[in-house]
Amino acid sequence: MTTVSNLKHNKLVRKVVQISLSTFFLCTLMITTLSAAETDGRWHEIKTSLFGDRAIQNGEDVIGLETPYRALDAAVVPISIESKIAQSQDNYIKSLYLVIDNNPSPIAAIFHFPGKHNWQSLSTRVRVNAYTDLRVIAEISDGNIYMVNNYVKASGGCSAPSLKDPAAAAAHLGKIKLKLPKASGLGDLLSTQLLIKHPNSSGLQFDQISRQYIPANFIRSIQVTFNDEVVFTADSDISISEDPSIHFGFRPEEEGVLKVEVKDSTGRTFNHSVDLPNQEKG
Amino acid sequence: MTKHRPRGDLNRWHTLRLQTLVVFMLLCLDTGILQAQPSGFMEIAPGIYLRPGIQQNFSSHNRGHIANIGFIVGKQAVAVIDTGSSYQEGLALRQAIREITALPIEYVILTHMHPDHTLGAAAFDQDKPVYIGHAQLKDALIRRQTYYLDRLKEVLGSTAEGTRLALPSAGVEIDQEVKLELGDRILELQAYPTARTNNDLSIYDRNSGTLWLSDLLFVERTPVVDGSLLGWLKVIDDLDQREAIRVVPGHGPVVNEWKEALADQRRYLEALLSGIRKIVRKNGTIEQAIERVGQEEKDNWLLFDEYHGRNVTASFVELEWE
Repeated sequence: MTTVSNLKHNKLVRKVVQISLSTFFLCTLMITTLSAAETDGRWHEIKTSLFGDRAIQNGEDVIGLETPYRALDAAVVPISIESKIAQSQDNYIKSLYLVIDNNPSPIAAIFHFPGKHNWQSLSTRVRVNAYTDLRVIAEISDGNIYMVNNYVKASGGCSAPSLKDPAAAAAHLGKIKLKLPKASGLGDLLSTQLLIKHPNSSGLQFDQISRQYIPANFIRSIQVTFNDEVVFTADSDISISEDPSIHFGFRPEEEGVLKVEVKDSTGRTFNHSVDLPNQEKG
Repeated sequence: MTKHRPRGDLNRWHTLRLQTLVVFMLLCLDTGILQAQPSGFMEIAPGIYLRPGIQQNFSSHNRGHIANIGFIVGKQAVAVIDTGSSYQEGLALRQAIREITALPIEYVILTHMHPDHTLGAAAFDQDKPVYIGHAQLKDALIRRQTYYLDRLKEVLGSTAEGTRLALPSAGVEIDQEVKLELGDRILELQAYPTARTNNDLSIYDRNSGTLWLSDLLFVERTPVVDGSLLGWLKVIDDLDQREAIRVVPGHGPVVNEWKEALADQRRYLEALLSGIRKIVRKNGTIEQAIERVGQEEKDNWLLFDEYHGRNVTASFVELEWE
């Protein structure tokens, strides 16, 4: 069982990386603002590589997506995804794809759910490089695919989607926090925040002097389990902000251990866990 | 001084400053100091020339001329301090220097990475100067160069033509004493730990008692956090202990009563700090903080709506790790 899902998982990651790289090179060739036609072309390419010729339906009744109209800080753009359907064993959101068309690496993350938790909402923070469509595509357990998208304007002024302090980021790398409501009982839907100290940096910049690329260092996968059963997993990429944050809903029906395992592109693994009901201060 | 300064007062400040300027100009005429000056430039102290930035957001309308930039002339050499947003703005600055002096331009000092201060630097390549900044400036520029140059082209169009990055050839380490000799004139450079950015540098001219803080101090314009809120507050504490006759901010007018301006900036940053901490403690979100934090400061600053939400966002992700 684990082997199968791991295989699938690896294949997906490879796919994500391939698409990321090809679109990055494409992006470096296009220096000026992307025209509407180019943007559509870009989405078409991403869509084909992720879903082939499968039909994608309007997802307004399935998912809600909240994004700011303008990215205030290009490095930290908060987005919220809401599930408009209740997750049941025979009808649940299997995967959520988060796509930012005009970023160097457009597939920000792919979340996978086993369908056991009625999670309701999920939020994270992303980098936004340019005016772009931001899409969430939901793949339902019955095989149907739905999409919603919002337009996000890039930020003004000096805000760049890069690390603010690389030295500080390196010093605290790998620290993990799970923030849970202070008082919670079994059976409650817990609004939980997972925070990971990690530069999640692209490494796409070329150092003109040393003639080398700043090496990439980003989180590739996140797995959250409760009593060893998966709550969700995520394949992630460089469009997720520095110090990744994921807010997720989760309903523990029994006492147990909530565990996080994070793997990054340099091969490091970071772990963290809390006992529930919550003893840790929020 | 943590007094609230309402908008009306701001106008009074302008009037006061205008009066001071008129008196100063009359004095200059009287003593014959006032020479023909390149347009847009003012001599704020003997040998220190400033081109005040327009207090607006970066746009094609203002051609990106939004930062305070200038130069200092010694007996033997000239040092440029910040270079503007584009190659063209850098060329105009160089032209202004040449209208005043033929002395060699030996140093181009970059106070921090932001494009409105650094992207004109390449206009000085022909002078073969030492490009000098904070030791972390080079890395910061390399990480952002593609983004900065792309955005510049988007906003300025043809005005951006020719703009390229000039990377620093010398770096100042934190706590290192670096002095630049311009001939009977010494500039003291100081690099700071992460504050406004992770590569802030100040320049002190002993001769005139002028402290060029650049974006470590915003006057009238909303301060922008692009490094560390906590770090910046710490640096403000240190700056408050310093002596200087006048301070040149990165944006806004030159100030003599600069400790008041510093206190205004501290009050704004502390409002961010206490407001965000309250929301982080309750497991709140960035969106909630943007809505609620620091709104009482709205009337005290120019461009508040453009930058405050960004400050809250950047500070929130810093403070949730406290």
